[in-house]
Amino acid sequence: MRKVYFDHNATTPIHPEVKEAILPFLSEKFGNPSSIHWAGREVRAFVEEAREKVAKMINADPSEIIFTSCGSEGDNMAIKGVLMGNLKKGRHMITTVVEHPAVYRTCKFLEKFDFEVTYVPVDSYGMIDPEDIRKAIRKDTVLISVMYANNETGNIFPIKEISKIAKEHGIIFHTDAVQVVGKVPLDVKDLDVDILTASGHKFNAPKGIGFQYIKKGVEVLPLISGGHQERELRAGTENMVGIVAIGKACEIAMETMEKKSKEIGELKERLEKGILERVPDTVINGHPEKRLYNTSNISFKYIEAEALLVMLDMQGIAVSTGSACSSGATEPSYVLQSMNLDPLCSRGALRFSLGLGNTIDDVEYCLEVLPPLVEKIRKMSPFYKK
Amino acid sequence: MGNKVCVAMSGGVDSSTTAGILKSQGFDVFGVFMKLWDAKGSDRGCCTLNDSNDALRVANKLNIPFYVLNFKEEFKEHVIDYFVSEYKRGRTPNPCIMCNRAIKFEFLLNKVKTFGADYIATGHYTRIENFEGKPFLFKAYDKKKDQSYFLFNLKKETLSEILFPLGRLSKDEVRKKAEEFELITARKRESQEICFIEKDYRDFLKEMGIKEKKGYIVDLKGKVLGTHRGFFNFTIGQRSGLNIAVGKPVYVIKIIPEENLVVVGDDANLYRTTFIIEDVNFFEVPNSEKDYETKIRYTHKGERAKIKKIENNKFLVEFVIPQRGITPGQACVFYDNERLIGGGWIKEVL
Repeated sequence: MRKVYFDHNATTPIHPEVKEAILPFLSEKFGNPSSIHWAGREVRAFVEEAREKVAKMINADPSEIIFTSCGSEGDNMAIKGVLMGNLKKGRHMITTVVEHPAVYRTCKFLEKFDFEVTYVPVDSYGMIDPEDIRKAIRKDTVLISVMYANNETGNIFPIKEISKIAKEHGIIFHTDAVQVVGKVPLDVKDLDVDILTASGHKFNAPKGIGFQYIKKGVEVLPLISGGHQERELRAGTENMVGIVAIGKACEIAMETMEKKSKEIGELKERLEKGILERVPDTVINGHPEKRLYNTSNISFKYIEAEALLVMLDMQGIAVSTGSACSSGATEPSYVLQSMNLDPLCSRGALRFSLGLGNTIDDVEYCLEVLPPLVEKIRKMSPFYKK
Repeated sequence: MGNKVCVAMSGGVDSSTTAGILKSQGFDVFGVFMKLWDAKGSDRGCCTLNDSNDALRVANKLNIPFYVLNFKEEFKEHVIDYFVSEYKRGRTPNPCIMCNRAIKFEFLLNKVKTFGADYIATGHYTRIENFEGKPFLFKAYDKKKDQSYFLFNLKKETLSEILFPLGRLSKDEVRKKAEEFELITARKRESQEICFIEKDYRDFLKEMGIKEKKGYIVDLKGKVLGTHRGFFNFTIGQRSGLNIAVGKPVYVIKIIPEENLVVVGDDANLYRTTFIIEDVNFFEVPNSEKDYETKIRYTHKGERAKIKKIENNKFLVEFVIPQRGITPGQACVFYDNERLIGGGWIKEVL
C-alpha cells in the first residue's frame, strides 16, 4: 500500500544526514562528556559544536542554549522555573486558551499550589489580541507564555508585539516555539523573547531531544537538579545522540529552510485548494494568512473527522484530528472549541501538516483518494441531506 | 456485501483470537478498542492503558489497522447510569447486556460502518446461524462458555451484520489458536467481573452518589428483625451481611424500595415459579403452548417454562418446577434447544 505522511506537526522523519551524523555516537563515541579521559574529551567538543549550531540558527549566544529532552520539558522548565524563581515578585502568569497541554496542564498544576493564571481567549480565527494580554497584566504578573504557532491550526501569533508588552511591564516572556523552530527563520534578538522552547523531532531530529533558549540574565530555576551539566540548569548526563542530531538538524534547517518552505508551502497550497475545489462544504480553520506554510486544518462539514481519519489511514494516508489521549482515542479539540466554531465544523476537522519527503505525487494521491471517502461517509451521516 | 470486518478488541485472548481467525479466513480485518470508562487510579478493568496496548500489539502482530475509540459519554449514559438507577429501584442489573445492546452493537456498529466495515465481530462465545432462512443466535458449542445470554437484547436486524467466530470453539482451542498466532494475550488471565467495578459494587454505587439510608429488615410477615443501611447493599438470595440473629440461616427474599424494606426468609421461600418480564426482545413470536428452556441469570442452568403475553412488552413466565432466586433486574432468556428465541427483564416475582 502506498504510504503518505501528512502529520509533520506530530513528528517528522529523521533527516538522512542527521542519521549519518549520529551513527558514531551509537558505536565508538560512547563517552560521557563530563569525563576527564579520552573517551569523555572525544565527545565533549561535539556538545559545544551542536550548541553553536543551535545558537546560530536562532541568533543566540551558545551560552544561552540548554539542551532538554523534549518540548514538554522546556515548557515545564520555563513556567515552573520562572514562577518558582520569582516568588518575591508575584504568583501570577498569563497564557492563552490554545496552548499545548505541556503549557496548559503545567499551568493547571501550578494553580493547585496557589499560583494564579489568566487564560486569554482567541477569536473565531483562533488568533489572540495582544491587547487582551495587556489588559490581563497585574502588579504581581511574573510571566507571559504564548506559543509562537499553534499546532492544530498553524496560526502564527504576534509574538514580537506581545514580547514588547511584556518588556514594558518588566515581565518575563516565554514562547513555545515547537511548531516554528526549524520551519521558519527565527531571530530571538529581533523577537526579544526571554525564553524559547524547541523540540528536535519536529524538524527531522529524533525524539528525545529539545532545546531551550534562555536569555542571559533571566532568572529561572532548573526543573531537574543534580550534576553540573548545562550550566546547572538541566542536570543529567548529556544525550549525545540527541544533541548531535539536533545540532545537525539546525544546520540543515538553516541551509534549506528557505527552499523547503517554498516547496512545502506550494504542496500545501495545492492540497488545500484541491480539497476545497473537489469537496463541497469544506472550510479552512485558522487565520487566512497568518499561518504556518505547512499546516492546513480543514473542516469537512457533516462528518465525524475520526471516520475520515480512519478511512484515509486505511488508504495509507496519515493525518490527524485535534488531540488524542494516552491510548490514542480522539477527543474533541479544545483549540477548535475555543474558537467557537459551529459544531458541524469542529467535529469534521482534520489537520494536514506537510514536511520533508512529501511530494506532488503524495498530494495528487490524497486528492484522488479523499473526495470519494468524504462522499461515502456523508452518505451515512444523519446530518447530511442532499 | 464486502468482507471488511471490524473486531472489537478488549486486549483479552478471546477478542485477540477472533481477529486472528477472521484474518486467517481472508477477511479484511481492522481492530478497535473502546475507551469506556476511566477507573480511578486503577490498572485493571476493561479500559486501561495496558489493555489497549495489548490490543494494539495484537493488531500489529496480525498486521491489521487498529484504532482506539472514545465511548465514554455513551457508556456513562447507557450503562453506568442504568446500573446505578437499577440499584436505586431495588433491582440487580446486568450491565454487560446493556453494553452489548447499546454500546457494542449499536453505537460501535454504526460508527464502524462509517469506517467502511461490512461486519462487526466480537469474541463472544455464541453462534449466529440461519434457522428456516432467518438468522438466530445459538448457544456456543462450549456450553461452559456460552455467552448467548448476554446478547438476547440485540436488535434482530443487526444479526446479519455480526460475526461470532468463537461460537464453535472451546476456550482451550481458542488459547491454542492464540498461541499459534503468537499473540501476546494467549495466556492472559480471564476477567469475569463487571469491567468498571473495582472490588465491591457497593463502593462503586457510593462513589456514584448513592446515599446510604437506614431501613428495616423484616420477615415475610412483616416483623422487624433488624436494620440495614440501604437496600442497594442486597440482592435476592443473599445470606451474608444481614447482621441479624434469628437462630437459623435467612436469605434475602425480596426488596421493597418504596418502603425501604429488605424481606428475609428461609431458603425454601426463595423457590418461586411465576414472574413478569418487561422490555422484551424476541427474535420470533413465542409460542405460549411451548416449554422453553429458560435462564433467569447467566449462571442459571436453564429450566423449562411457559411464556404468556400479558400486554405489549410484558409477558408472564411460569416455570414447570420452582426456581431459586428469581431476581428483578436480571434478564430472563428463552431457548428452543440451542436457539435463542428472545428474552426480557425480570420485573416482578409473583
